[in-house]
This record gives sequence, structure tokens and C-alpha cells, in this order.
Amino acid sequence: MKDKVLKILNEIRPEFDFSEPVDNFHEAGMLDSFDIVTLVTSLDEEFGISIEGVDILPENFSSLRSIIELLAKYIQK
Amino acid sequence: MDLKFSNKKITGILTILPEREVSFEDEMHNYNFSTAKSLKLKSALGLNKRRIVEEGVCSSDLCIKGLSYLFETNKLQKEDIDAIILVTQSPDYIMPPTSNVIQGYFGLKHDMICLDINQGCAGYIVGLNQAFMMLDQEAINKVVLLNADVLSPKVSKQDRNSNPLIGDAASITIIEKSTQETEIFCNIKTNGMGALVLQIPAGGSRLPSSPETAILHEDASGNFRSKDNLVMKGDEVFNFVQVEVPPLIESLLNKASVKKEDVDYYMFHQPNRFMLHKVADKIGVDRDKMPSNVVENFGNSSGVTIPVAITYNLGSKLLDEKFKICLSGFGVGLTWASMLLEIGPLDFCEIIEY
Repeated sequence: MKDKVLKILNEIRPEFDFSEPVDNFHEAGMLDSFDIVTLVTSLDEEFGISIEGVDILPENFSSLRSIIELLAKYIQK
Repeated sequence: MDLKFSNKKITGILTILPEREVSFEDEMHNYNFSTAKSLKLKSALGLNKRRIVEEGVCSSDLCIKGLSYLFETNKLQKEDIDAIILVTQSPDYIMPPTSNVIQGYFGLKHDMICLDINQGCAGYIVGLNQAFMMLDQEAINKVVLLNADVLSPKVSKQDRNSNPLIGDAASITIIEKSTQETEIFCNIKTNGMGALVLQIPAGGSRLPSSPETAILHEDASGNFRSKDNLVMKGDEVFNFVQVEVPPLIESLLNKASVKKEDVDYYMFHQPNRFMLHKVADKIGVDRDKMPSNVVENFGNSSGVTIPVAITYNLGSKLLDEKFKICLSGFGVGLTWASMLLEIGPLDFCEIIEY
């Protein structure tokens, strides 16, 4: 799952290395709100899920770990 | 706040769209992003083409075009109009009210009310509320609700967050007393603490426009805009909509004792396809019942997107049929509102071009 998420993130913002530890992608300017829209669309397609609007919060996309935790919630459903 | 109105009806809806169409690809080079990234965004949000006015065209021009068409085709009689409400964020002047300018252009009777309302994405429903309240007066039998916004000149061409979305449009809705018993349910909410989430910082009294306010600055995402331009905190707006709108609709339907599956259409404000799909999924309604095709064809014209969605998706169907329709608008203010009513058969329901 981690590799797939990294691949999607790198497609969206190839200028950044998302595998490096970063406190907060959003605050570091690595993901803006429109990037998150693209990311959600890609994650929905890749994992066959539909992330709910109420979960599309910057904190759920602030790090690789938070994204994977969010995905785990939907994949377990 | 829950509101309820009786024995009122919409009898006609006209949309006026600028003839000028621009495509996403035509403007992509303005944005400080790669082509690949821009195309991904286009696909995710459902961006394609939008309608914007030629330089110098104002909200009143679109409204006057529409009213002239209705008068010329005998769909509306000048002497029958008892009130004009104009909902807009882009008035012709700071003073006088643009509704007065329109009334004067046609030389309409003096015995009427003209009222401008400064509202955005929820403005169509705020305007309908105002019209219904006016119709409780004995002297008022027919209200013309104009909803118009020409905001494309206020958006930076180098702002990827807003420019590809924004469209200009106007609508004319005729509202009258009904001899048949009708019930219209509405709820409306306001949170002024979020008022600056969607704003044009300069141009009012707080920060008058000046050469300094026209200087473009780059934001953290690589967009360039000035203080004279519209600015939107997209993530906050998105979150507000996802949190507030689904319970608003649930509350409305509960008040009306109507099941969500018994509503024929959900005609919502059109911020973008992605946001509407997520709202539809959360409410639990079929995406086909909530059209989300306005932004990709015409752009987001604030509250006007609701009548645009109705005329574009239902059009002539509404000349013969009646549908139970849930309306909802949400955004600037922050204001969010919804309404449940039956619409049709209408005297007219169409789109014309300016």
C-alpha cells in the first residue's frame, strides 16, 4: 500500500520526495487543497473505495502515515 | 433557521449565458504548473469550458437582455411586476442599487419595490425566501427574482484555484401567489466567522482599490493574484460544505416528512463535480439525481448555478411536468441554505445567450 501511495504522490508533485520524513505535507507546501482533490480521486480509483467528503481534511493527508491510516479505515469497511 | 411558505409558486425560469466560451486548455498556459498536473486537475474537478462576458459587460446587461426577451415574447408583462429582487455580488455601482437601474431602464411603474441583495452561492435561495415573504403582502402578486454575477473580471488569470472554475451568468425567476395549496420548506444558516474564507479583499471601504492592491503576489501553491482579485481558501470551503450540507438536507427533509428517495432532483449550487459527488454520496442519493454538469459546460456563476442547473438539465420537461426538487446553495458568507418545493409546469424554462 505504501508504495502505491508514494507512486501516486510522486505523480502529483514530482518535485518533492514524499518518502523523506516531513512533519506536515500541507504546511510544507508539498500538497495544496487541489492536490488533495487529485490525490483522493487517484486513491479512490486505485483502491476501489470512495473516501467520504468529511474525511477529506488536510490532517488526513498531512503525512504518509496519516494517508495510510485513512486508507486502512476504508479498506477494512 | 427553519422557514415555511404556503401558496406560492415559481412560474418561469430563464437563464442568460454569455456567448463567449473559453476552454480549460486555452488558459492552461497561464498557470504556474505542468501540463500533466493541470490535466489531472481538469479530470478530477470536471473542468472543461466556461462562459465569460466580454470586457465591460455588467450584471445588469445580462438581466436586461433576459427581461427584454421575456417582454418581447409576451412571457412577462411589464405592468404585472410588483417587485424586483437582484441577488448579486457584482453590482454595476456601489450606489445606486442595480435593481433600480434595471427598473429605470424599462420605465417600469413606480409603485413597486426594488431590492439588491449581496449574496453568493446561497443567494438564489436567499432571493426566493425574500420573494416568498414579499408575496405575503396583499399588494404584491408577482416578483421578478434576478440572480446575476459577473465575477470573471475579478479573478486573476494566473490563479489556478479559481480561474478555471468561474463563469458569468444571470437568471430570471418569476414567483407568484398560487391559487392551489402549496407547501415550501426551507432552512438557512449563517456563520459570519467564516466570512473571509471567500472574498475580494480590496474595492470596498475597508481597503479601497489602489495601484498597490493591483499588484500580483505569488501564494504558496504558485498562484498569482492581487488584493483586487477573488481569493478562496479552497480546503476550508470544501470542508465546510462536506460537514454542513448533508445534515442541512437531512433536517429539511425531516421537517417536510419527505424521504430522500421521493425527491425527483437535487439541484444544488455547482462548485465543481468532485465536491458534488462527495455530497451526493454522503447524503445517500443517486448521483444522477444531483446534476453536476454545470461547471464543466458553463463555469461556476455562484448562486446562479442553481437556475442554470434547472434550465440546462430539465428545460422543456418543466413546461409539461411537475417535479419535487430540493435546492441547496452553500458558500460565500458563510451561508448555507436548502429548499424543498414542487416546480412545474412552468410558463418558460430555457437558456438564451447574451
